[in-house]
Amino acid sequence: MALSSGADRGSHSMDKSITLPPDEIFRNLENAKRFAIDIGGSLTKLAYYSTVQHKVAKVRSFDHSAKETEGDPLYEISVQEEITARLHFIKFENAYIETCLDFIKDHLVNTETKVIKATGGGAHKFKDLIEKKLKLKVDKEDEMTCLIKGCNFVLKNIPHEAFVYAKHADSEFRFQNTHPDIFPYLLINIGSGVSIVKVEAEDKFERIGGSSIGGGTFWGLGALLTKTKRFDELLQLASKGQHTNVDMLVKDIYGGAYGSLGLTGDLIASSFGKSATTDKEFSKEDMAKSLLHMISNDIGQLACLYAKLHNLTRVYFGGFFIRGHPVTMHTITYSINFFTKGEVQALFLRHEGYLGAIGAFLKGAEEDNPNQYSWGENYAGSSGLMSVSPELNPVQRARSGTFDMLEMDRLERQLVNLPLLQDPTSYIPDTVDLTEDVLAREYWLYCFEEALDGVVKRAIASQKDQPKAVERAEKFRQKYRHKLQTLRHQPFAYGSLTVRSLLDTREHCLNEFNFPDPYSKIKQKENDMALKYYLKVVKSVEELSWEQRQFTLVKGLLAGNVFDWGAKAVSDVLESDPEFGFEQAKLQLQERPWLVDAYNQWIERLKGPPHKCALFFVDNSGIDIILGVFPFIRELLIRGTEVVLASNSGPALNDVTNSELQILTERIAAMDPVIHTALKEDRLALVQNGSSSPCLDLSRLDKVLATVVRERGTDLVIIEGMGRAIHTNYYAMLSCESLKLAVIKNSWLAERLGGKIFSVVFKYEVPSNIREIKS
Amino acid sequence: MKLRRCSRKPAFPWFGMDIGGTLVKLVYFEPKDITEEEELEEVENLKSIRRYLTSNTAYGKTGVRDVHLELHNLTICGRTGNLHFIRFPTAAMHRFIQMGRDKHFSSLHTTLCATGGGAYKFENDFRTMADLELLKLDELDCLIQGLLYIDSVGFNDHPECYYFENPSDTQNCIKEPCCLDNLFPMLLVNIGSGVSILAVYTKDNYKRVTGTSLGGGTFLGLCCLLTGCETFEEALEMASKGDSTNVDKLVKDIYGGDYQRFGLQGSAVASSFGHMMSKEKRDSISKEDLARATLVTITNNIGSIARMCAVNEKIERVVFVGNFLRINTVSTKLLAYAMDFWSKGQLRALFLEHEGYFGAVGAFLDLLKSADDT
Repeated sequence: MALSSGADRGSHSMDKSITLPPDEIFRNLENAKRFAIDIGGSLTKLAYYSTVQHKVAKVRSFDHSAKETEGDPLYEISVQEEITARLHFIKFENAYIETCLDFIKDHLVNTETKVIKATGGGAHKFKDLIEKKLKLKVDKEDEMTCLIKGCNFVLKNIPHEAFVYAKHADSEFRFQNTHPDIFPYLLINIGSGVSIVKVEAEDKFERIGGSSIGGGTFWGLGALLTKTKRFDELLQLASKGQHTNVDMLVKDIYGGAYGSLGLTGDLIASSFGKSATTDKEFSKEDMAKSLLHMISNDIGQLACLYAKLHNLTRVYFGGFFIRGHPVTMHTITYSINFFTKGEVQALFLRHEGYLGAIGAFLKGAEEDNPNQYSWGENYAGSSGLMSVSPELNPVQRARSGTFDMLEMDRLERQLVNLPLLQDPTSYIPDTVDLTEDVLAREYWLYCFEEALDGVVKRAIASQKDQPKAVERAEKFRQKYRHKLQTLRHQPFAYGSLTVRSLLDTREHCLNEFNFPDPYSKIKQKENDMALKYYLKVVKSVEELSWEQRQFTLVKGLLAGNVFDWGAKAVSDVLESDPEFGFEQAKLQLQERPWLVDAYNQWIERLKGPPHKCALFFVDNSGIDIILGVFPFIRELLIRGTEVVLASNSGPALNDVTNSELQILTERIAAMDPVIHTALKEDRLALVQNGSSSPCLDLSRLDKVLATVVRERGTDLVIIEGMGRAIHTNYYAMLSCESLKLAVIKNSWLAERLGGKIFSVVFKYEVPSNIREIKS
Repeated sequence: MKLRRCSRKPAFPWFGMDIGGTLVKLVYFEPKDITEEEELEEVENLKSIRRYLTSNTAYGKTGVRDVHLELHNLTICGRTGNLHFIRFPTAAMHRFIQMGRDKHFSSLHTTLCATGGGAYKFENDFRTMADLELLKLDELDCLIQGLLYIDSVGFNDHPECYYFENPSDTQNCIKEPCCLDNLFPMLLVNIGSGVSILAVYTKDNYKRVTGTSLGGGTFLGLCCLLTGCETFEEALEMASKGDSTNVDKLVKDIYGGDYQRFGLQGSAVASSFGHMMSKEKRDSISKEDLARATLVTITNNIGSIARMCAVNEKIERVVFVGNFLRINTVSTKLLAYAMDFWSKGQLRALFLEHEGYFGAVGAFLDLLKSADDT
């Protein structure tokens, strides 16, 4: 049952002495618009919607009708204020509820809200207090409805929300991919009792069963048996005990296994069976462990029976009995595995504790229709999954969890799968899971820490004239360094740790301290410089024979990609030697055969009929886009292939953004009739990818892009650069032809792949079904 | 049954034994048709065993003969007599083996048929301590054969089987004997120390569907720890006087009434032992209430699992056996209610008078069969 315990609330004294650090918790409260609260047996979860004022870098084209003077910048960069929507969720102990309400009252400046949505077993208990303090009317919402709504929301919007727990594996957590279709699933909510709910659609769910043996039984019976009052302490006892001293095992009855039934000797035949027949004292630890096994096994068994009856394989567990406790996750996992013989996996959720609050909030926000947007977890503002190491004692755990936060940004556009993914359900963007690969994790964490000074320096440089830039940059440094340290100890804090998540976390942290685009000026300068060479490059290519031309274009693409401020080896060179030019870059490139070399197959393909439409995920500004990508796609256009250039919606490193690319394309079109005509005839289109990451998640792309891809009958996808083609998507399987190309600008990674720095990856893939048609 | 046409009779004494985790169940056939000739030939210690078992109803401190279950005038393998039902704690097993040695049981050239886990666990002790060889038998085979046999011969001209009429109405809930024309398919729920659930399709086609470790041993074990009681009888006695709603948190304790969104009655248990999360409630609770809550928790859980299995296996007849149900009308009625209520009358809970003895009976039958085979 989803019934929260109302017990032991008397033991929490209202602690008013703590002072709340407003920088860190209850952020953006002054703009809070809408509230919801979920009060459980021991924890309160508060949700509010707020707007965040952000600095964003905008680029604007100058009026080019006026005669340009030499040395004028290409376009204008301005930093503007933009308001974006953010969801805040905070979790704290019920003991702090009064302090928190006071704090909210004092900081809530201009809200028009009159009601606060409330759910959870404790909602009625604190109703008067909330109404008195906040002057908001408490509006109660059904607990289970909120829970399911919240569950649907996190499953849809947070990648790596669900995970499998494996106590003895290299990484305790194995995160699951976000499935495009989350239904149907079974939610087993273990509060005081157990509720088993089948969820078939957004608003269609049914409580198909339950049990009275749940968290309350563990707590109540455990308190009676061990005289231990707190739930956490009981779990702590259990993690130290030996259930075999209390339980009657199969081998206690048989002397060994019951072979003919396949029951092993260690299997529990009768929980607490020894205390019925043996006249002796049992230790608290042993009894607590036995009780934990008894309850977990029982719940696991019922869950399996219901899963089987309703033919469901996705089974999520939640409720205060689970809530990040490794001991309960382990015993439940074990039990499910035993009863289904491995056919069903127990799934847990990173934000399980917030489901009720999220659901209550969504109930209140229905008029804003939050489900029409996509949301993204903000790594800068979210605490991440707590360490669940059993070594941490409960006091430490309780303290570190005093205030836990989740922040989610409303994304400007709806994100969907790339329609060309071969199998969206098995698509994993990231090439290496750093939660599992310890060596790679250590390297990348070190690498990002090393690069931090440079990032701080560049951030300050980008806002020389801005107030408090140094101070903010320092705050950024502290925040990101702290995140890196957290991830060193808890790599699973935000789902699978990947190079992408490390990069994204850095972008989120930079944004948090109002450094929206530290590279804007560098990008501007590089774009400007590269444009000057465009015609020269195009002309020199045109003079070549067809074969030579194709090779030069590919080499240009690769050489352009060497220019990347994101890679440390390159940013070192660029900073010490700004003259490092396009031609020199070509010399740096590895000679053929490349590390991955499908060039010959690509050329053979080009000898055939032109592609209908190519989708090109572009990478860096400057030389890369202007001297590498444009000459290459120009050739495609001439061949009769339509081209869609997909660029980032928001800034990340020196990657070219969609708004920058608009201006650049305009300028190139002014010089180059091929591009001009292609634009006019709509055979060259610019779309944004919906992301502000240096990496690429093909399962979260702008809906418009997906439409364009579908409408134009895209039959070739080109992915360029380390971030998009190596760290992510290296193994992505597409349903059409694809080119993945990059220069490995990191010697560690190059070595790992079996090459040297500046090794070239040129991967051309044709899905088997298309190959068959051709042959 | 084939057994009654034995060509060669095994030598007396005829025993069947089921050595469980908590209790040893023993059935003993007392021949009533002994001829004078036989009596003369009968060796002394065989006589003394018969006299010892049939003239007492208690053996040592813990052995008991369930006189009320005795089956009279049974004809098996051409012999007529009474079948006795005896039990003692598994903890006393070694004393029992010693007695076997002291009475020179090994000189009787009988086969000792034994089932249950103890047949394996104590096999070596029987051999080394009393020079006795056990014929080990599978406990689920024995359970089913024993059950089918007792059901077929009936309980001294009464049906072996019963159910509860009006299980949802405590005032009018009454025990009704019943004869079943066909037992199959049945879901057989055997509640001993732990619980095994079998789907039985014919007399020799069955499978173990699942089991749970929350069984009779759990009830008694928890009761011992919570109340300091020592025996099953004591625990049940306390449970019969207690009120579980002081211990369990009900739906109405949380919602003030029914939880209508899910059609849950206010009187349904939301959290077993849920009230015990609060210190005040822990301090004010009686042992009787705790015993009752333990009994209700274990029983409801078994009912719930059994019901799910019945639905999954598509079987409507659920038969509960095992010594947990001995003198335990609280549980039998709860199970009857649970099956009826949750299945909306689709499932019927059936019970058998000889609750925990079918394994031993099955072992006993095997003795006669094994003689037949040789």
